[in-house]
Amino acid sequence: MNILVCAKQVPSSGEVRLDPDTGTIIRDGCEAVINPFDSHALEAALCLRERLGGTVSVLSMGIPACADMLRDCVARGADQTLLLTDRAFAGADTLATSYALSLGVSALGGFDLILCGRMAVDGDTAQIGPELSERLGIPCVCDVFAIEPQQDALVVRRETDDGAEQVRVPLPALLTVTRELGVPRMPSIDGVARSLRHDVRTLSCAEAGADPEKCGLSGSPTQVLSTAAPQGRGRAQTLADAGQLCTLLREVLE
Amino acid sequence: MSLSVSKKACVGCGLCVRACPQSALRVENKTLVIDGGRCVLCGECVRACPQSALAIRRERARVHEAGGGIWVFAQRGSQGLLPVALELCACARRLADQSGARVCALLPADSPDEARRLIDAGADCVFTCQSPYLHETLDEPYADWVCALAAQHRPDILLFGATLFGRQLAPRVAARLHTGLTADCTALSTCAETGLLHQTRPAFGGNLMATIITPAHRPQMATVRPGVMPLPEGGAPRRGEIVPTEGPKGPGRVHILSRTPRGQGAGIEKAEVIFSAGRGIGTRKTLERLFELAERAGAQVGVSRPLCDMGWAGREHQIGQTGTSVRPRVLVAFGISGAIQHLAGMTGAKTVIAVNQDPEAPIFGAAQYKLVADAQETIEQLLQSMQ
Repeated sequence: MNILVCAKQVPSSGEVRLDPDTGTIIRDGCEAVINPFDSHALEAALCLRERLGGTVSVLSMGIPACADMLRDCVARGADQTLLLTDRAFAGADTLATSYALSLGVSALGGFDLILCGRMAVDGDTAQIGPELSERLGIPCVCDVFAIEPQQDALVVRRETDDGAEQVRVPLPALLTVTRELGVPRMPSIDGVARSLRHDVRTLSCAEAGADPEKCGLSGSPTQVLSTAAPQGRGRAQTLADAGQLCTLLREVLE
Repeated sequence: MSLSVSKKACVGCGLCVRACPQSALRVENKTLVIDGGRCVLCGECVRACPQSALAIRRERARVHEAGGGIWVFAQRGSQGLLPVALELCACARRLADQSGARVCALLPADSPDEARRLIDAGADCVFTCQSPYLHETLDEPYADWVCALAAQHRPDILLFGATLFGRQLAPRVAARLHTGLTADCTALSTCAETGLLHQTRPAFGGNLMATIITPAHRPQMATVRPGVMPLPEGGAPRRGEIVPTEGPKGPGRVHILSRTPRGQGAGIEKAEVIFSAGRGIGTRKTLERLFELAERAGAQVGVSRPLCDMGWAGREHQIGQTGTSVRPRVLVAFGISGAIQHLAGMTGAKTVIAVNQDPEAPIFGAAQYKLVADAQETIEQLLQSMQ
C-alpha cells in the first residue's frame, strides 16, 4: 500500500503567551516541531507499511526550514518527502493550502491512502483533510482511531457526535487520525543515517504547475481583519480562605 | 503578494519585530529588514505597527454575486435535532434583523415538528428533505444536497455547528463551492459599514481572538462552536414556510457497518453545577475526593485535557475545545491553570469560582471569584465543612 502523510510544522509550545502590555506574542523558546497529530498519522502509516508493504511518503508546505521536519520523518522511517515552498504559498488559508497540497499529491504520484492529523495544534481548523479529499475527489473519514485493511478497502473506527462508528471506505481514501493510533516511534540509528543523506525534494509554485492566483494570500478567500486578546470577566473578587469559598458556594447553590 | 515597509513612515521602533511569530523581522541601523524566507504573511506586524508603515499588498477580487439569505445547517442526531441547530437559528435571526436578510434552515429530514421548532427559533424558511441517503450522517450525500441547494439559491452566509460531523461536512462544501470557511467561531456579527460577516475565533492556540472576514467569496461560511451562542428565547410562535427539496442522488462511498453509542455520559453539557479539576490538583486520589465532594454538592465533575490524557477521567468529562462546552450556573475550577482551549469550553458558565496556587494563573481572568490556595487542601476543607 502506498501511503502519503500530510504534515505541518508548528511552534513546539501550544501555548503562545501574550505580553499583557503590548498585546504582542512572546516567542521565547519557541521551536518548530511536527504537528503532534501528524506524527500519529506518520506512525499509523509506518505500521500499515510493516503489515502490507509499500511506501510511506510525507508531504508538507511551508518555509524552507520545514525540510528539517521532513528529514526527521525519514529518520523515523518515511521513504520519500516533498516540500512545497515558495513565497507565493505564504499566507494561505485552508482553501489555498488544500489546492497547493493537491498539486503536491499529483507531483508525488498516485496513492492508495492519504493520512492527515485530525487538526493542527496551532490553527485548530481541522479543515485541510476534508478540503483536500474534496479536491482529489476521494472519500474522507475524519477522527479515525483504528484502521483495519481489507481488499481494496479499509474498515476503520471513528469518533462521531453520538459515540463511535465502524465504517468501510474504498481506496483510494483520505483519513484524519486521532492520537489513539499509536505513539510515534523514535528515529532508528539506520533511519538517522539515511536522513542525513536524504535530500528533501522541494517544489516551487511554478514547478508544481500551480496558478499563483489560487495560492497563498491571493488564493485565500478568508482574511484576518483584526486580532485581540480574549476578553476576561473583569477583575475577580478575592476570597480569603476555603471557609469563605464554602459560604459562597452555599449561597450560589441555594 | 508581499510584505512591504514604507521607509518614510517607519521609525524603527521594533514593535513589529516583537509581534512577528516567525522571527522574520529585525531592525538594523533603525531600518526594518524583512526576511522573506521566514515571513508567512500572517499580518501580525501590520496590525502591531503604530505608524501604519507596513502593508501586505493584495489584489481586490470581485465579489461573487449572492442571492442573499443566511442559511444554517440543522444537524440531527439519534435523538432528533441537536441543540446547536436552534442556537444557529437564533444567532442567524439576530444577524438577519440587522440586515433584513431571510433566515433559512436546512433540515435533512421530513419532520414538520422539527421544522416548526427551527421556525420558532428564528428561521423564515426551512428546506426539508426526505431521502434515504440522509438517514446516516455521511459527508458525501450531505455535501451533494447542501451544495445543490446553495448553487441554486446562492446564500450570502452559510453556517454549520462545529460538531464533529459539521467540521467534516462544512470543509467539503466550502472546497466544492470554492469559498472560505472559518472554523469553530465563538462570536459572529455583521459589520455595519461593509455588511460583511465578522467571524471571531480563538487563534494562536487561543491566546488571541482573531476576527476573520470573507470579503469576495460567497457564501461566507463558518462553523460555530456548540453551546456558545444563546439558545432562542421562548416567545410567540413565528411564521415560516416549509419547502421540500430534492435529495442527493446516491449514498456516497463510505458505508457504516456498526455503531457504538457513547457510554453513559457524564452529563456535563447540561449540568447546573460543575466542579472541574486540572493538573494542579496533584494526584489521582484528589480527583476521587473531588468526585465525592461533587456528589455531596449535587455537582458534576469536569476535567481539563491533561487529566484525560493521563487517563484519570474519561473524555466525557473533558471541558474545552476538544471536549465539551459547558454552560452551568456555577463552575468551580480546582487547580486549572486556564489554557485558552479549556477556557473556550467554559465561556457559557454564569458564575466562575477559581482555586489555584499561582496568583498569576490565567483562569483568574475568567473568574468572578478567586481563591489563591492549594487545590488539594481546599477540596479536603470543603469536604469537612460539607459533612
